[in-house]
Amino acid sequence: MIKIENLHVHFGAVHAVRGVSFNVPAGASFGIVGESGSGKSTVLRALSGLNDDWTGSMRIKGTQLAPRRGKDFFRRVQMVFQDPYGSLHPRQTVDRALSEPLEVHGMDQHERRILQALSEVALPPSVRFRYPHQLSGGQRQRVAIARALMAEPEVLLLDEPTSALDVSVQAEVLNLLADLQERRGLTYLLVSHNLAVVAHLCPMVGVMQGGEMVETVSREDLRAGRTVHPHTTELRRLSTELEEA
Amino acid sequence: MSATTGQSWRDWLLTDTPASRRQAAWGERYRLWCSFRSNGLAMIGLVVALAMVVLSLSAPLLASYDPGTQELANRLARPSAAHWLGTDELGRDVWSRILYGGRVTLGMVVAVVALVAPLGLAIGCIAGYFGGFADRALMRVTDVFLAFPRLILALAFVAAIKPGITSAIFAIVLTAWPPYARLARAETMTIRNTDFIAAVRLTGASPARIILRHVVPLCLGSLVVRVTLDMSSIILTAAALGFLGMGAQPPSPEWGAMIATARRFILEQWWVPTIPGIAIFVASLAFNLLGDGLRDVLDPKQR
Repeated sequence: MIKIENLHVHFGAVHAVRGVSFNVPAGASFGIVGESGSGKSTVLRALSGLNDDWTGSMRIKGTQLAPRRGKDFFRRVQMVFQDPYGSLHPRQTVDRALSEPLEVHGMDQHERRILQALSEVALPPSVRFRYPHQLSGGQRQRVAIARALMAEPEVLLLDEPTSALDVSVQAEVLNLLADLQERRGLTYLLVSHNLAVVAHLCPMVGVMQGGEMVETVSREDLRAGRTVHPHTTELRRLSTELEEA
Repeated sequence: MSATTGQSWRDWLLTDTPASRRQAAWGERYRLWCSFRSNGLAMIGLVVALAMVVLSLSAPLLASYDPGTQELANRLARPSAAHWLGTDELGRDVWSRILYGGRVTLGMVVAVVALVAPLGLAIGCIAGYFGGFADRALMRVTDVFLAFPRLILALAFVAAIKPGITSAIFAIVLTAWPPYARLARAETMTIRNTDFIAAVRLTGASPARIILRHVVPLCLGSLVVRVTLDMSSIILTAAALGFLGMGAQPPSPEWGAMIATARRFILEQWWVPTIPGIAIFVASLAFNLLGDGLRDVLDPKQR
């Protein structure tokens, strides 16, 4: 479904992503972990079309992506942002946020689709006309997920979708994402600094350091500690130490 | 009975779970109105400003004389029962001229605001959203206009065309838009890189749609505040142009022009130039108070 080969991204003089390649089959999940500044979010933003200054090759379902994307790309690929406090327009109700993709893509049956989307992310219909400041962090992230699903995409890009939420809400959102994937057959590309989150959702994990993908490892190998690159071993050690502490 | 309907209206507006888009929108407006209403000075400003607009609109009903009727035998009269605010140097009734003058002066303000706000907003939002070359080009044009003192540029413009109300309006517009463009640009630049705009871009919306439906509504609050605060200075610029003979032409009553023609009498018949001065002062103050109140309500940074 997603095939990325030799992706490079520059920010002025900074070479943020240095030749990253990976594959995600349809209906699967791929996780990218790494420290802050390792370039993992940059990969996602280049793929989503928010950053058009990249070189290399990116394919979705076999179609080569150009720096400027058409409307059909945005129907197929959607993104959920890290901070649910910043990703919802402060002056728009949930209803406005959800109907925006419908209007842009000229889709019908707004009423039915909005109510269905809310129930799909387990939000009561009463939040429909609330403003983001009247919702909790977990509810906001559910709204953001519902918005991403409005255009019925096949690929969902998740940029640290749980890191701004507290632990109990994190688990809820992760379970919701797992449910949605099963129901809709979505393909996920998840970026996180948290190994536990990535391993929970993704059978395959790529580890990034300094703009390069240093290792791709399966969830089972990661759990068992069968890692090759020292940075992966280090991340795993830090993460298990944190859990035990 | 009326108390219960009033109560249910309030409940309908303030409910946490509105049932329709309309109810949610009106509820939000009602909340803004409630927080505005609690600001006493702002309410005074609003009431005074509205009263002035209503008074000048109903001038034909309230004026005791025609604003152009001269009565040379009774010039420069003191305020009396016949002439509430006295008469001017041609024996015209000052009360009637103030009422009709409000139409000219406040009408100019409304015309200027109606032209300036959308112009500044459009230029600022486009420059701020697209950045790069569009930003540099538009902002250099803005700088050129900002480089001249406001009144002098307006004067030069009016003098170059033809003194009159229409050219005064355009002159003021020409000199008043750059601060609005700057403001809208600054607001847009902070909004442009937020996640919620990125999310809208990812729906595939066109830049025009993003600017109109997502960026402009957020700029509007600070712009409205700026407009009301600026109204007083627009009144003063209009009055200054009138004072210098570049605005409304006689015999049309305009507050600034009224002061200008009556200034010779300020020592002996002080009320003749003072009364339009008070009208300008009250109008400016009312708009200023209104603007301060609106800033408290609308400016998201002060919430």
